[in-house]
Amino acid sequence: MKINKKVKDLSPSGIRAFFDLVIGMKDVISLGVGEPDFDTPWRISESAIFSVEKGYTTYTSNKGLQELREQISRYLKPRLKTSYDPNDEILITVGVSEAMDLAMRALSVSDCKALIHEPCYVSYYPTAYLAGLDPVYLATTAQTAFKVTPKQLAETKTSSGDIFLLNYPCNPTGASYNRDELVELARVIEKKDLFVISDEIYGDYMTYDGDHVPFPSLPGMRQRTLYLNGFSKAYAMTGWRIGYAAGPREVIAAMTKIHQYTILCAPIMGQMAALEALRCDKEAKSMRAEYNRRRKYIVTELNKLGLDCLMPQGAFYAFASIQSTGMDSVEFAHKLLEEEKVAVVPGTAFGPSGAGYIRMSYATGISDIKEALSRIGKFLKKHCA
Amino acid sequence: MTIPVVVKLDGGECFMDEILEILEKDARLTSEEIAVMTGKSTAEVEKRIKKYESEGVILKYKAVVNKEAVETDVKIVRALIEVKVIPQRNVGFDAIAKRIYSFSAVKSCYLLSGGYDLLVIVEGEDMHSVSSFVSEKLATLENVQGTVTHFLLKKYKEDGDILHKIDGDKRLSISF
Repeated sequence: MKINKKVKDLSPSGIRAFFDLVIGMKDVISLGVGEPDFDTPWRISESAIFSVEKGYTTYTSNKGLQELREQISRYLKPRLKTSYDPNDEILITVGVSEAMDLAMRALSVSDCKALIHEPCYVSYYPTAYLAGLDPVYLATTAQTAFKVTPKQLAETKTSSGDIFLLNYPCNPTGASYNRDELVELARVIEKKDLFVISDEIYGDYMTYDGDHVPFPSLPGMRQRTLYLNGFSKAYAMTGWRIGYAAGPREVIAAMTKIHQYTILCAPIMGQMAALEALRCDKEAKSMRAEYNRRRKYIVTELNKLGLDCLMPQGAFYAFASIQSTGMDSVEFAHKLLEEEKVAVVPGTAFGPSGAGYIRMSYATGISDIKEALSRIGKFLKKHCA
Repeated sequence: MTIPVVVKLDGGECFMDEILEILEKDARLTSEEIAVMTGKSTAEVEKRIKKYESEGVILKYKAVVNKEAVETDVKIVRALIEVKVIPQRNVGFDAIAKRIYSFSAVKSCYLLSGGYDLLVIVEGEDMHSVSSFVSEKLATLENVQGTVTHFLLKKYKEDGDILHKIDGDKRLSISF
């Protein structure tokens, strides 16, 4: 037996051991969880149970249930200010992760670069690498509020047809962009003839100040963008594994080809649940209101403790600097876990620019957040007094 | 009568003041904490809370206690009683309702549409005391035409709170 060299060469996450330690430990307050703490709204779960009782336990069309694609198309139209044909411009996937993988594989041509801003979600780089793309990190820092600037993109060496991967609001930094910033980025993208994969899973219901501006809604960007979204975060449906891609016909067709041979279709139970989720605007807004309160609370308190933290514009993570402690992120996370039983994710898990930072999820009840902050305060007093 | 303050958000939809929403969920949060969560000053939060208290919008602060989980020898029996009454001239149902809800055994009292008029929730130490209350105090009132008593067997959910221990966090303690 021989293992694929590419897979062999792919370095495993450097902090796997730390994660195993957390998972094996009891009575830990974890701010390391990247999924909502709310249960899926019951009307969504109940609707899926009902569909199972009625016998909806079969395959669906490769592209996903026609009705779901139609509903998604209707959902997207006012938000994206453009329409996507449910017949051939929308594909239902097993979470955004699958959509990302399909997109990268479908768009992978020789010498094609994938520009990935970091700190970023952990799977972008490996997915690009496994797809045969040439992943290139664009470092972002607190100086630009962890945003890619038009100047930075303009100065990056690229070729026509390269891929620019955008994720906003961003996991782990919470960075997002307003319309003017996006228009400026779009100008550079057009000039450089890049294609954008825009992961906007935290967009609609997890943007707190102002409206989320979807990338395909910008002038000239619809044909240059593959828009990815899903149900996991906004509707607390991570385990249902339903995401989708909307984009130019030829990209969706290429992705569908891979999807039909590898996955066949997303599970029908999740798709039935997603249909009901699209009627749950009120529930999603109520969860957003709660995240928003926690966001302001945790960020204000972290800054008071001396851990500099920008106010995240979206998602549910606070990305705080621990540089004042003199520890590196892994050391800080290890010690905090051992001494105070609070779990956070070291920033280096999200790319080299995450050094000196930790990610704390506020998808955690306020009483746990308060207790965790009090323990962090105690920890800092001990180590930094 | 004071109408609770409503604020207009998202193009006309009316929501309750966020401070009330927060306190309804957790009345133990401090004004400072609420101020941070809402982006208001502590003074502003305190001012509003005081106003709500003085206007009777906030009546009191209390814990939601699941009495069925309390280990004690004192048992409590609850009954929901449908009461059919004759409304009185000028005062409608209010006078008879007051007559009923003023009893300390009455924990809640609602005027309803439908087949009967008042829904009264009564608590007593045992079935006998609840029955006595109904037969001696309630049914004998002049304007009460009839009562139907339903003894409560189990509470599952009350005012939005599920009254049994919910399974702990099912999520992995670390994920991306």
